[in-house]
Amino acid sequence: MEYVSLFVKSIFVDNMIFAYFLGMCSYLAVSKNVKTANGLGLAVIFVLLFTLPLNYLLNKFVLQPGALKWLNPEFANVDLSFLSFIIFIAVIAAFTQLVEMIVEKFLPSLYSSLGIYLPLIAVNCAILGGSLFMQQKDFANLGESAVYALGSGIGWYLAIVCLAAIREKMSYCNIPAPLKGIGITFITVGLMGMAFMIFMGIQL
Amino acid sequence: MAQKLKDTILNPILKGNPITVLVLGICSSLAVTVQLKGAIVMALSVTIVTALSSLVCSLLRNTIPNRVRIIVQLVVVALMVILVDQILKAGEGTYAIDKQLSVYIGLIITNCIVMGRIEAFALGNKPIPSFLDGLANGIGYGLILIVVAFFRELLGSGTLLGFQVLPASYVPNNLVILPPFALILLGCIIWVHRACDKDLQEK
Repeated sequence: MEYVSLFVKSIFVDNMIFAYFLGMCSYLAVSKNVKTANGLGLAVIFVLLFTLPLNYLLNKFVLQPGALKWLNPEFANVDLSFLSFIIFIAVIAAFTQLVEMIVEKFLPSLYSSLGIYLPLIAVNCAILGGSLFMQQKDFANLGESAVYALGSGIGWYLAIVCLAAIREKMSYCNIPAPLKGIGITFITVGLMGMAFMIFMGIQL
Repeated sequence: MAQKLKDTILNPILKGNPITVLVLGICSSLAVTVQLKGAIVMALSVTIVTALSSLVCSLLRNTIPNRVRIIVQLVVVALMVILVDQILKAGEGTYAIDKQLSVYIGLIITNCIVMGRIEAFALGNKPIPSFLDGLANGIGYGLILIVVAFFRELLGSGTLLGFQVLPASYVPNNLVILPPFALILLGCIIWVHRACDKDLQEK
């Protein structure tokens, strides 16, 4: 039951885009049509689902204060948490590189449809943000961190596909010249965020 | 030469503002704009990180192999962010702000402005112009951040930097504090900016 609650919460209430503005750059740049938005959204879910539990393990067994105790009791006072930024980003960059190579080799059709978006994920704040939130929320076990990763990935996916659908329709609208393009997109995202706020306070 | 340097510094603040024109670095920028104080600290941190990592990457530009350049850049940026984070944690008055900014300091690493300036400018230019370019982009970014935070703190809590500015009879507007309003406010800033400067309008 806790898992379901965490899952729903990370999709709707703690939505990466509407509540924390994470991954905004690629969100705005790649949401011009539904097809590419779909590809990028799926890639984000996939990368989050693997990097976040991986970083959870690293955090638990290497980075946390006293985490190195399993290696040698003398290390109980070692605190490596100042290294977490660099370790997390290295894991994410290495993992995206790995995924890119595997997908290119075994699934060429998926590779060509994702195109350049796969390598771009390394610098998507939603991925690093997920890992940093994981560190802050202090999850009890690996399962929770994986559920959180899946939930926030799906939340991001939902947000980008919705925005892409709206922007496709919006290209037929008569918008004041200075607002055209990015201006109206910001306002649309703001309104979508307000709509998502009805989920606040959901308890399962 | 002097003209070129002037352009390097002024362009990112007005015509090529990283947030309103290039649409980079939105991610971490909006979440920290509820209070003016947090926004100022964030603006300073990003400026320092952008300027220093541009400088370092520009110094290293002839030695970095092209294939692994993204990883090298990430390491340099992460190093600068760790330095800023540790300094904020160590300071007496800044510790509370560091707690308030929470993960967003760490997210400067993936802030597109930093990587974007390194890729677009620092890798092809000498160290001094790269440093200035990073500095100017940081300032252009900070400016927008501070404008957004100014309105959000003023309308949302009636204060500025913690001091009561509006009369006590003012009822704070809670919508302004919520995340979606930051986006709408930014949309309006872009509107005003582009209405003043017609060259920037999209077709």
